[in-house]
Amino acid sequence: MVLGLEVHCELKTATKLFCGCPNMFGDQPNTNVCPVCLGLPGSLPVINQKAVELAMAIGTALSCEIRPSTFHRKNYFYPDQAKDYQISQYDEPINANGHLDLPDGTRVGIERAHMEEDTGKTTHAGASGRIHGADYSLVDYNRSGVPLVEIVSAPDMRSAAQARVYVTELRAVLVAAGASDGKMEEGSLRVDANVSVRRSPDEPLGTRCEIKNLNSVRSLGRAVEYEADRQVVLLESGEGVVQQTRHWDEDAGRTVTLRSKEDAYDYRYFLEPDLVPLVPDAEWIRAVADTMGPMPSVRRARLVELLRDAGAVTEAQADQVATVVDLGLDDLVVAAVAGGVGSGLALARTANEAATDAASARRLDPEPYVALLTMEGNGTLTATQAKSVLAELLASGGGDPAAIAAAKGFEALSGDSLVASVAGVVAAHPDEWSRYCDGDDNDRKKLSGFFIGKVMHATEGKADGKAVAAELGRLLG
Amino acid sequence: MAGPERLTREEVAHVADLARLQLTDEELELFTGQLAEVLDHAADVASLDLADVVPTAHAMAVTNVLRADEVRPGVDRDEVLGQAPSVEDHRFRVPRILGESP
Amino acid sequence: MSSPRPSTFLANAVRSGARSALDVLDEHLAVIAAGDDQVNAFNLVTTEQARHQAIAVDRTVTAGEDPGPLAGVPVALKDNLCTRGVPTTCSSRILEGWCPPYDATVVARLRRAGAVMVGKTNMDEFAMGSSTETSAFGPTRNPHDTSRVPGGSSGGSAAAVAAGFAPLALGSDTGGSIRQPAALCGVVGMKPTYGTVSRYGLVAFASSLDQVGPLATTVADAALLFDVIGGHDPCDSTSLNRPAPRVVSVLDDGVAGLTIGVLSEFLDGADPDVVARTRQAAEACAAAGARVEEVSVPEVALGLSAYYLIAPGEASSNLARYDGVRYGLRVDAEDNVAMNTATRSAGFGAEVKRRIMLGTYVLSAGYMDAYYNQALRVRTKIIEGFAAAYQRCEVLLGPTAPTPAFPLGAKTGDPLTMYLSDVCTIPSNLAGHPAISVPYGAGEDGLPVGVQVLGPALSEGTILKVAAVVEATAPPLARPVLDGGGRP
Repeated sequence: MVLGLEVHCELKTATKLFCGCPNMFGDQPNTNVCPVCLGLPGSLPVINQKAVELAMAIGTALSCEIRPSTFHRKNYFYPDQAKDYQISQYDEPINANGHLDLPDGTRVGIERAHMEEDTGKTTHAGASGRIHGADYSLVDYNRSGVPLVEIVSAPDMRSAAQARVYVTELRAVLVAAGASDGKMEEGSLRVDANVSVRRSPDEPLGTRCEIKNLNSVRSLGRAVEYEADRQVVLLESGEGVVQQTRHWDEDAGRTVTLRSKEDAYDYRYFLEPDLVPLVPDAEWIRAVADTMGPMPSVRRARLVELLRDAGAVTEAQADQVATVVDLGLDDLVVAAVAGGVGSGLALARTANEAATDAASARRLDPEPYVALLTMEGNGTLTATQAKSVLAELLASGGGDPAAIAAAKGFEALSGDSLVASVAGVVAAHPDEWSRYCDGDDNDRKKLSGFFIGKVMHATEGKADGKAVAAELGRLLG
Repeated sequence: MAGPERLTREEVAHVADLARLQLTDEELELFTGQLAEVLDHAADVASLDLADVVPTAHAMAVTNVLRADEVRPGVDRDEVLGQAPSVEDHRFRVPRILGESP
Repeated sequence: MSSPRPSTFLANAVRSGARSALDVLDEHLAVIAAGDDQVNAFNLVTTEQARHQAIAVDRTVTAGEDPGPLAGVPVALKDNLCTRGVPTTCSSRILEGWCPPYDATVVARLRRAGAVMVGKTNMDEFAMGSSTETSAFGPTRNPHDTSRVPGGSSGGSAAAVAAGFAPLALGSDTGGSIRQPAALCGVVGMKPTYGTVSRYGLVAFASSLDQVGPLATTVADAALLFDVIGGHDPCDSTSLNRPAPRVVSVLDDGVAGLTIGVLSEFLDGADPDVVARTRQAAEACAAAGARVEEVSVPEVALGLSAYYLIAPGEASSNLARYDGVRYGLRVDAEDNVAMNTATRSAGFGAEVKRRIMLGTYVLSAGYMDAYYNQALRVRTKIIEGFAAAYQRCEVLLGPTAPTPAFPLGAKTGDPLTMYLSDVCTIPSNLAGHPAISVPYGAGEDGLPVGVQVLGPALSEGTILKVAAVVEATAPPLARPVLDGGGRP
């Protein structure tokens, strides 16, 4: 399959694109409206500076050329379109010719990322709540005029999996750029997919269909796979694919077409006479770029660097890196490593434990975190104990790890006590010890776990698992 | 470059459709004639060789007109809904919508 | 001798307390009551609101505060200017009874200046026309001869000033809609430079051409009104970032040393009376010290055709919003598309439908480049043509309209004939340039003739100076006499 995606991103501004109405989700219907976003006679649009800057930030994040741009009217009648035309960008978009690199290294081209205004929302009154078979509809213009950036990818994707990764990574980039809140469930990001199929890359591109308004990564994957299969069946039966727009029916699990005509709609684009061109100069572009933090890919690479210093990076660790960056916890890892904590430990604790309460973790001061991990690293606390202290730190929003550990009665076992405990357990289980001494690696692994468990039990959790394993090894040798 | 051909009834009917206007047969006939005449006169524009001339969309060359991202008072919802032809649940009510947005 | 300032005179009387604003209003309301059934200048006389405004002005005066430069002066507003809580119909059935929830910027500025809004004036429907005959509420009649048109589309505003219903009025000019009715009614009308007066709250016809402008009995009054309404508006992105103008101060400078070009293309095809009056005005300027020569700007001949591609194109898009969903007329139907269609078909008159269809066609796939974009190139040529002329002279002079007022119904049979009325006014709109029409006596038939002064962008001061001289030398024009009574 050949896939291109169009992602509509609602910009995180205080007000709408062309007027000072609040850009807010979930308010009472028609309470955030004015003559401009209602399209009342005599109203005129004035561009929101912040929206332009966020569009530029997106352009920077996606390595686009940021260009002088103009606005055009896209003329069509529809009740959610207050003026019965949408102000959008046509042949001179603000951003063009960029790319997004996926975590696996694939580069997806970005043809353009242009600005346009959102429509109002219609709800349909009737049995199913869907447009088909509704008796009448109700329109709320709170969303009318909200600023959007439409990001159009090149048809560079080849699978549903890639599409999902693209959207996930793009979302992370948009959030990192400060342009979006990433809430797909609130419609902050909407995806349309252009799907076509061909037997091999040598063949020309097939006829494509557009699937509109996919609101979750999961729907995207399912819809795209269904559509590709549908097209393959059509082609194999000799019927051919008709270019059309289709709609994903989540419940039925298929794409359907509502449009009877196949002709491309004549939008009669012409330059918006009520607006003047945007010409961002190099200084403005630089000023916007300077306000942006590092992109997810850069942050992931930074962590991978730290891991590589300690040795090869495993696949599991790569996943942990992705999780940590996605949750915005990478600064904690970096701080820990800077403080002398082993990168593997820092990563693991952050990805596995801190991540369970990511919101609190993001607010956590790095100092106590680093102190805690240092205590675990040098054996002052066992892994189990450290996890317990961390949970406390997160719940309280901070604290002194040493004090918390003392309060919980944690102290790691001293070296002599440990030796004594291990010796005691070994003596109590001679059969298992024989099997451990004579067995192969597999046996040893299993039995090691057995002995560690016994030692933990005997010491009420104060023993450190790795230290026990090391002692067993010493006894063996 | 040859100018476009004379306007036909079918084109006028198509355009009326695009503009959500319904014409009687009489009106269709009348308008086709009248519009064709206007376009005939416009042909003196269409046939000019102006390939090197840059179109002027705006008489005054201004750029970068922007406003600050600050909330401004809107309109009173009741005042606006009071002017609407049909309202339900504080929303504008319209008859059934048969198709998706183009 | 300087241009008379009746509005200033009135405002000063009110500010000093010599007259009350209420008294001034009542006087004008009486003239309206006596004469408007013959003229039909008003869609709505806003008696109640006007009284409240007048009372408020009088209170301000009593309190010793400044009520503004137009204190108590009655102003008539074209019915395409949004007035909060007051019906704004654009003389169309589709907006009949619609009350905007906001004021146009120019309306707000008039309020702050102490003006009293006396009513909303009749116009061609959605400003599309040159005779006020496409109004859905019946035509306005020319006060000089009520069997004739007042011109359009600001016919109601021009007639109101001519008949003495109000000393000042606002109109809008897209292809001549202030200047041409001003000429036909024997009053002053000016279209300012595009961008000098806010369009926020002016119901759009053709966005890149529309401008709000003053109509008055004298050049000085028109200048005063322009000073009050002009200046940057952050609500209008096409509004020039310039402060409010101050043209009243340069009015009396005279024309000595200026070069005035008489535009030959505008004289071609004009009625002999009109040509004669124009030449007379040119001679008067020469006598006043200007250098007058004949000038040719051949590009203006393309203006009409280019205009009738650009204006309907933009209009077809601007009028799409009238779909029966949010405001205005709704004709019910089974489904939304049918409702839109039934509403628009019932709500728009023939001329509006014609222009919407023409505009839709001109913008549609396959024709855009041959028509619309080509017209935008013609616009460039016209601007260049004017620029070349303005190398040689400061202003241009010509007729405003090729004929004086024609009889009602004379040109409604053929749209093209009507469109020709705008041949002298359209080029200024396309170029975004200012132009003013000054009454210059009457023709043999006693009908008013208007002479037009044109200038490059932002030359209002210069064209007004010249207009003041033209006005000073103008032959007298008989006041219109309506059966019900005369002017105050």
